[in-house]
Amino acid sequence: MAEPAAASTAAIYRRLVAAQVRSQLSYRVSFVLDLVSNVVFLGADLLTVLVVFHRVPVLAGFSLADTLLVFGLASLGFSLAELIVGSIDHMQRHVRTGLLDAVLIRPLGVLWQLLVLDVGLRRVGRVCSGLVLLAIAVRLAEVAVTPANLLLLVITPVVGAVFFGAVFVATATVAFWWVDSGELSAALTHGGRDFTSYPMTVFGGWFRRLFAFGLGFGFIAYYPALILLDRPDPLGAPAWLGWCGPLLAAAAATLAGLIWRTGVRHYRSTGS
Amino acid sequence: MNTDGRHGGVNVIEAHGLRKDFTVRVRKGLLRRERRDVAAVDGVDLAVQRGELLGYLGPNGAGKSTTLKMLTGVLHPSGGRVSVCGLTPVPQRILLARRIGVVFGQRSQLWWDLPLRDSYELLRHIYRVPAAEHAARLRRCRDLLELDPFLDTPVRQLSLGQRMRGELTAALLHGPEVLFLDEPTIGLDVVSKQAVRGFLAELGQTGDTTIVLTTHDLADIERLCRRIVVIDHGRVVHDGGIDALHARYGSQRRVTVDFDTAPAALPDLPGVHLEATTGPRLTFTLDNSASVGTLISTLTTLGSLRDLSVTEPEIEEVIARLYRSEGRAPSPRFP
Ligand SMILES: Nc1ncnc2c1ncn2[C@@H]1O[C@H](COP(=O)(O)OP(=O)(O)OP(=O)(O)O)[C@@H](O)[C@H]1O
Ligand SMILES: [Mg+2]
Repeated sequence: MAEPAAASTAAIYRRLVAAQVRSQLSYRVSFVLDLVSNVVFLGADLLTVLVVFHRVPVLAGFSLADTLLVFGLASLGFSLAELIVGSIDHMQRHVRTGLLDAVLIRPLGVLWQLLVLDVGLRRVGRVCSGLVLLAIAVRLAEVAVTPANLLLLVITPVVGAVFFGAVFVATATVAFWWVDSGELSAALTHGGRDFTSYPMTVFGGWFRRLFAFGLGFGFIAYYPALILLDRPDPLGAPAWLGWCGPLLAAAAATLAGLIWRTGVRHYRSTGS
Repeated sequence: MNTDGRHGGVNVIEAHGLRKDFTVRVRKGLLRRERRDVAAVDGVDLAVQRGELLGYLGPNGAGKSTTLKMLTGVLHPSGGRVSVCGLTPVPQRILLARRIGVVFGQRSQLWWDLPLRDSYELLRHIYRVPAAEHAARLRRCRDLLELDPFLDTPVRQLSLGQRMRGELTAALLHGPEVLFLDEPTIGLDVVSKQAVRGFLAELGQTGDTTIVLTTHDLADIERLCRRIVVIDHGRVVHDGGIDALHARYGSQRRVTVDFDTAPAALPDLPGVHLEATTGPRLTFTLDNSASVGTLISTLTTLGSLRDLSVTEPEIEEVIARLYRSEGRAPSPRFP
């Protein structure tokens, strides 16, 4: 009984995504422009890395190839999260346009409906360039092809996506319902991505500890990358930390879910 | 023990002491902001039986939309108990959603960039409605609401009236037991309004669907609702028939007669008052107790009648009186 229901729920969401594709394709030109601009966006980030390495060939003990691997893992995870969950930033608009009310009167989960109804498909561009970048980095850094490494290469971006997705949801909820500001959300999501994109040895003491352990961003790209590169942590952390990502992602997703639920309970709609 | 409201006798909608407070921040000076609770709905009791068509009225800001949002599971009540179809709206939102249909005035639940037809197809899957059932309901709505000319038009290109007919259809395709309509005729022209009213009247007649309707167009109410609930400042100030409202405010029917020549005598009946005389035309006002029939038969004995008309009391008038008299009461909102 439960299984076919779950399967058909998935089918409903597939249809909703397909409807969204059709909707967005009805504005063909702007769709293509958005897609292109998103590829350019990632190119610009990458350029920063290259410029840095042009100046200093080894960054805090990591070569260009090593850094690219960390960067690739982080940006693939982040862009996946942004593709699927990023639109949660539009909460304010959803309330104003009444989309949230419309979604609440339908027999489906609120969060997933909102995400699906506002999915920014143009962000597919970023995911694609993230994939290409990661593939190049894996070659350049000469990652050994072992089953364990392949597994880690698959789960790390997924863990990253879940973790960043949770951060998106949690911060957007808090920002929307309690502090009425978009800055907090941006600081944690984009700040978190920038932190994860570089070997964390480049960052200073308390800041590094806060982001890596306090907020968990170290487990998204840095520790897995160390395993893939088969090198010990210059900061002395044990290697198995690289496998802790899934636990962390599950915890983050659970916490974000709770925060979201509390937020929806406090929803007050609009007066018209 | 039957509590799910599917069978007669049980109330489909029940609310006891339902309330909603909104916390608003009021500026006090340059930086200080004070939090203050505003009661949008302030202890509403409501019981609606299956198949009823209820008009939910009140002046702007009375709390109608807020009540509807609590009944549909959109808003969490601040207090009181509420059940719809035997379910508690917020915790059982998804179960309830399958059994109710909702149209929120100028809000849309259609897919803006897709043809109207596509929205219906998507809703069929969202509500898991069997294809045949869905097709039958859609056919009925297409006929009654004349959707065919714009079924393949993207929703963003529809006129307001066309879209509203589309929204009504969208709310009905899963065969809801209760239909909540928040100002469904707002901004519609006369023809569209009539189409919507006619449709709702027919829907109400079958007795299967319970309808709760808010509107500022009293013609909607006159045409559709036998029972009205009026709220003001979040409190129920009238619950009953329109007749009861007229009785309460002493509304009077009017009878105007034209004689060939002015009659020599005047009828002397209890509850009948002569209001005006202009030549051979006489105007009478009638209290609730008086009978129009008795008056007319008396008049025919007094002279030969050329013309006669009976005017029912204006609903606008009585509602305006009700709003005004409630408005004079000290506002309970800022205790
Ligand atoms: N989201 C909200 N936040 C704060 N106050 C609100 C909110 N929604 C409604 N209110 C207030 O609650 C009161 C009731 O509003 P509501 O929208 O229920 O009125 P209404 O009866 O539907 O009025 P109208 O006929 O104008 O639609 C109003 O004073 C309104 O300002
Ligand atoms: Mg309203």
